[in-house]
Amino acid sequence: MKEQSLFHKVTIGIIVLWLLLFALIPNIIMFVVSFMEYDSSSFVKAVFTLDNYKQFFSDNYFKIFINSFKIAAIATLLCLFIGYPFAYILARSKSRYKGLLALLVVIPYWTSALIRTYAIFYMLSANGLINTILIKIGIIDAPLKLLYTEGAVIFGFVYTLLPFMILPLYATIEKFDFKYIEAAQDLGASKIRTFYHIILPLTSPGIIAGVVLVFLPALGLFYIPNLLGGKTMMVSNIIQEQFITSVIQNWPLGSAASVLITVVMGLMIWAYYKSSKSFQTKVL
Amino acid sequence: MKTSKLQWSYIFLVYVFLYLPLIILIIFSFNEAPTGAVWKGFSLKWYDKLFHSSTLITGLINSLLIGISSATLVTIIGTLSAVTLFRFKFFGKNFIISLLYILIMSPEIIMGISLLLLFKFLSLSLGFQTLLITHITLCLPFVMAVLFTRLSNFDIHIIEAAKDLGANELQTFFHIILPSIFPAVVAAWILSFTISMDDSICAFFTSGPRFEILPQKIYAMVRTGVKPEVNALSTIIFGVSMLIVIVTQIMLKERKR
Amino acid sequence: MEKQKVLVELKQVCKSFDGKSVLNNLDLQIYNGEFLTILGPSGCGKTTTLRLIAGFEHADSGDIILDGKKINNIPANNREVHTVFQNYALFPHMTVFENIAFGLKMHKVPKNEIKDKVMEVLRIVKLEEFVDRKPHQLSGGQQQRVALARALVNKPLVLLLDEPLSALDASLRLNMQKELKQLQRKLGITFVLVTHDREEALSMSDRVIVMNQGVIEQCGTPKNLYEEPNSIFVANFIGDVNILKGEVLGFEDNLVKAKVEGRICSIKTKKQLQVGEKFTLLLRPEDMRIEKLSEHPDTDGLMVGNIETKIYKGATLDTTIKLNNGTIIKASEFFDEEYEDFDYNMNERVSVGWVSGWEVILQDERTKPFS
Repeated sequence: MKEQSLFHKVTIGIIVLWLLLFALIPNIIMFVVSFMEYDSSSFVKAVFTLDNYKQFFSDNYFKIFINSFKIAAIATLLCLFIGYPFAYILARSKSRYKGLLALLVVIPYWTSALIRTYAIFYMLSANGLINTILIKIGIIDAPLKLLYTEGAVIFGFVYTLLPFMILPLYATIEKFDFKYIEAAQDLGASKIRTFYHIILPLTSPGIIAGVVLVFLPALGLFYIPNLLGGKTMMVSNIIQEQFITSVIQNWPLGSAASVLITVVMGLMIWAYYKSSKSFQTKVL
Repeated sequence: MKTSKLQWSYIFLVYVFLYLPLIILIIFSFNEAPTGAVWKGFSLKWYDKLFHSSTLITGLINSLLIGISSATLVTIIGTLSAVTLFRFKFFGKNFIISLLYILIMSPEIIMGISLLLLFKFLSLSLGFQTLLITHITLCLPFVMAVLFTRLSNFDIHIIEAAKDLGANELQTFFHIILPSIFPAVVAAWILSFTISMDDSICAFFTSGPRFEILPQKIYAMVRTGVKPEVNALSTIIFGVSMLIVIVTQIMLKERKR
Repeated sequence: MEKQKVLVELKQVCKSFDGKSVLNNLDLQIYNGEFLTILGPSGCGKTTTLRLIAGFEHADSGDIILDGKKINNIPANNREVHTVFQNYALFPHMTVFENIAFGLKMHKVPKNEIKDKVMEVLRIVKLEEFVDRKPHQLSGGQQQRVALARALVNKPLVLLLDEPLSALDASLRLNMQKELKQLQRKLGITFVLVTHDREEALSMSDRVIVMNQGVIEQCGTPKNLYEEPNSIFVANFIGDVNILKGEVLGFEDNLVKAKVEGRICSIKTKKQLQVGEKFTLLLRPEDMRIEKLSEHPDTDGLMVGNIETKIYKGATLDTTIKLNNGTIIKASEFFDEEYEDFDYNMNERVSVGWVSGWEVILQDERTKPFS
């Protein structure tokens, strides 16, 4: 259209300004700050340095960085192994209540993730339900240290993020045409081979979406390692400490950690985009 | 293929995993004893304590305040922009859409600290205004996504028909487009409100001690251990969330009829 | 009818989408009070033409004139032109009344006047009892009438109809064709209809414009187009046609002596032809005449072929004849009192002719290929 009325200009103007000012520029600032020197009085000194990254890649911080990927990856795999059979059975069932059952997966997601984390915290605590039951049955004498372990953090992630794995899987498996399975079996493929050659490749968009939707939040949800892990366990804790809780807040260091997370995230989204695209061309 | 008993038991087990921790939390919010998993009798005393906890009540009021105002503002901004983006081609449209996609994918912790840096850079003191901006930015892509979905099956000829019959841009928007997409606008508002109420990440970075919302208060309390009044609060929040889900589901069903 | 007054005029209009030209220097005149149909295959630019007049698209160059005023830059909402959309585009959240009242409301017509006008137009389209229904509670034909009423209530100078009957089933479509025509006569409003259905075009219009690839191929009354198409494209688009190759042999008493697919014949024409010139002859199936061969054992100077198919159609017998050179001729003969039960055997050898004077000659420059 040639004549753009004032109405359009204003609405477009607001969204463009908003996105530039509150989405693009803050990330640029974060990027720039990650290359600046730390200053105790004004947080940041405008001098170029690579020290933040050097410091980050040294000893302790780097270990935590790698560890957070390990924890996120284990949680993601667990979600996949629990979620795939679940989504598959549910999507293939002919139950009348299929829709309702799928909705039941989402309902816990409607309460805040913090409260769900607290529920796990409550269950795992020293005199929480699990320890109490175990002591009552007589398996153990003293409460086990369930809380403040890596296992607790992984448990927390799986509990909080499982619906994000199940839903995309359910959606793709639901759309999957089961005639393919019959065709494969008709051509002599065993159940395992059918799964590996037919079902798995055709439901891979759902798998990839689920992995991205679990892995990325797992890197960012700092309160889960904080409450259930009890110490600096993941890179999100480093960021949180450097920006809020720590006595000495090193913003440039925190920014560098954030930039690294962003890069990893970008790579993952790029890979996701690529794979979904190549998938489409393969099928078509 | 019929779903076997074994398969149904697996499904059941996953539901147990998803619901058990919440159910325990709810049951023990009525427990007489302050901690532990031993039932000492029914009591409402933690609810009583909750309603007298000024920290949590202030947090709740602040959460509601920020939830309602950010949801309302973001719904207005998002609806106007989504409709304009949907209807017109212009230079930079794809850039806006890709920015929205990046925003929806980027972890909240990154959004939180990058906005914190911006606010420091602009010398804004952290509080209601900065959190409002944060939550609008947080919800904006979700609002746009909800509206794009609705608009994608919107018949563009209806807009042309309105113009053909003499309606100008504003009249077309208020008489034709808005009433047609209104359920989606309401859905977008509810979604934004929940996102804002649930935000346990961004608020830690972009809201100061002057204006702390409920998740921040809860977090501060439970960091040091189990607090039974938080069990009571969780039960209430869970109940209210259920209520919202049920009401929206019924509303959507009614609309479809 | 105040006929020859030009109401809408398009002058040298060009329009392209994403670098692809859709309209190419289009010149078009629409007269006041006429029922004009723009006919053409999909993608020929007919809908774009309509949308340019309505104001939903803007011409890249050229002028659009309505009632003597240039309206290029007047937005759709300020043009005294209304459209009936292909899918009706009724506002789904409004009742029939609200839909029809919308245009009046936008033009700030007083409330009590709106009610009278809406009820009047509902009476015209015979939908008074449906006034409080929502569009989805109406049948396709009723929705169609609401769309008509919604446009007509504003008394437009021109009513544009974009394939308005395409969503209706066949019998309803015939009824609506009749009603549309009657309505247009009664109201005297200029109707411009766009369609790809030739029967719709022929049965309703005062004038038909045949478009192809962004240009006007031919323009005239339905009879004119059917009987004297000026190109193979138009002939084909307006109905079934036989395309025969001919060559001029000589001239005899103002008649052209020619050989057409083996048949020696004399043709009356105003066209300037030269001896030896090749031309194309167009003939409708109902122009063709078939003769049994046994009466003419000598086939010299005749168009001879074998009956390939025959279909009994009740009023006519439709046959196809394969000529010796492979050309297929379609013929459609009426049963009349004298030959109540004429019939052919399959593969019977026959000679083919036509009613002289009903043929159309196209010289070579007009015989471009058709799609």
